[in-house]
Amino acid sequence: MNAIPQLPPMGAAALRLAPLAPLSFVAARFARSLGRRHPALFARLGEEADKIFLIDPTDLPLAFRLLPRPEAPRLEAVRREAAGSWDARVAGPLAALIGLVHGAYDGDALFFSRDLVIEGDTSAVLALRNAIDNEEMDLAHEAAALFGPFESLARRPALELAAFAARWTGVALTRPGQGTRE
Amino acid sequence: MTAPRSIELICPAGTPAALRGAVEAGAHAVYCGFNDETNARNFPGLNFSREEMAEAIKFAHNHGAKVLVALNTFPRAGTFWRWSKAVDDCARFGADAVILADLGLLDYAARRDCGLRLHLSVQAAAANADAINFYARTFGVKRVVLPRVLTVQEIAAINREIDAETEVFIFGGLCVMAEGRCSLSSYATGKSPNMNGACSPASHVEYREAGGHLVSRLGGFAINRVAAGQPAPYPTLCKGVFEAGDYKGHVFEDPVSLDAAALIPQLNEAGVTALKIEGRQRSRAYTEAVVRSFRRALDDHAAGRPIAAGDLRALTEGQQTTSGAYRKTWR
Repeated sequence: MNAIPQLPPMGAAALRLAPLAPLSFVAARFARSLGRRHPALFARLGEEADKIFLIDPTDLPLAFRLLPRPEAPRLEAVRREAAGSWDARVAGPLAALIGLVHGAYDGDALFFSRDLVIEGDTSAVLALRNAIDNEEMDLAHEAAALFGPFESLARRPALELAAFAARWTGVALTRPGQGTRE
Repeated sequence: MTAPRSIELICPAGTPAALRGAVEAGAHAVYCGFNDETNARNFPGLNFSREEMAEAIKFAHNHGAKVLVALNTFPRAGTFWRWSKAVDDCARFGADAVILADLGLLDYAARRDCGLRLHLSVQAAAANADAINFYARTFGVKRVVLPRVLTVQEIAAINREIDAETEVFIFGGLCVMAEGRCSLSSYATGKSPNMNGACSPASHVEYREAGGHLVSRLGGFAINRVAAGQPAPYPTLCKGVFEAGDYKGHVFEDPVSLDAAALIPQLNEAGVTALKIEGRQRSRAYTEAVVRSFRRALDDHAAGRPIAAGDLRALTEGQQTTSGAYRKTWR
């Protein structure tokens, strides 16, 4: 496996200074949109949907609390030291975590190579990993969907922004092979 | 050497997405299971609902691939209906074959005579010609998945004496025990792949990072402690580290995965009909990469070209591979 890109320190430093409220606002809308667009993801989680997940990008100065409740999924940005209690923690470089969503990496392989750390409820982590893998999501397309009726207008700028961010950070924000295709 | 016979590539799918990935990457057939204890990969978030299975079979058939459904656990007393219903549903959905291990279920499927091809699972641990001929004669089993304990020469000897096809594992996680009879997981967790469909079930696994070391616990027992930078294994007892006398290490087997790509010509000569990739618990990314690599290898072999070495080590447990029992060089 090729080395997993790390977010440049400048990007991490900028996020360290950034207020969390706007990020949490976008994250909350993102989670609700996922709930509408990917109901099968939550169905596949089964009883593990009641758990609290800490998604912990180790090259960022913050983490995300995910509560994948089918009726009202929640995602919020938190400082690591104030993350509160959780049932399961998944930690690794941001590029690895996003690569799992995009099917660029295999979760077991990342675990074997120690690029991914799992703590807490292993069943919950497996269920989340398998549910996400089956959805074949593209985060840039999901971001465009936040614009509701203007999704089709937002898609191209979202893909171009994702491509620009990927060039700068090394973190691929679209599924492999998708590029800026619509 | 005789001309290569055509060999089928049998590929894993733990989710509908993985099935589509396998088919698009060149699988001749895909094996998968329902999302319950009727199959030996009963993991959280994995496998197919009834609706997903029906759709997956249609998708595969539309793309020229077969679907083999694994119903390869052993029904407990009073729960046989769950397994027999699974057989009925496979017939209803148009599956190409069911992969069975239990004698009662084989008998049910044979008497039901619903057009399903019967394959004998590796879980049945049929490792000699007499056992295989019994299954073929009694239940009409058409194909046997051979246990991963045989050499290429033993496989050739079996094929000379049987009237059924054989399928062997070519890549993936390596079970070193007699499958269907291993109780190591039961000792630590009370649950086994044979009865519950999961070896070392995730519900009994705990990982903890301490000072750069990764400590794995199974059923409350510490079974491994891996230093920083060292590859991590699956949390199974057979890959655990133990002390025995003056020895401390992997008592049963090192964390290592099977890769027998280099033996495709010999397995072909030995009369094997199909090569099976392990890994229904893995992602679509794994499935696509491995299937594509082995389909290329089979196409090269069929065309008389040398088989190019694929590098799939990064995807493997222990980040290293072995040809397993096919070449008996184990300690």
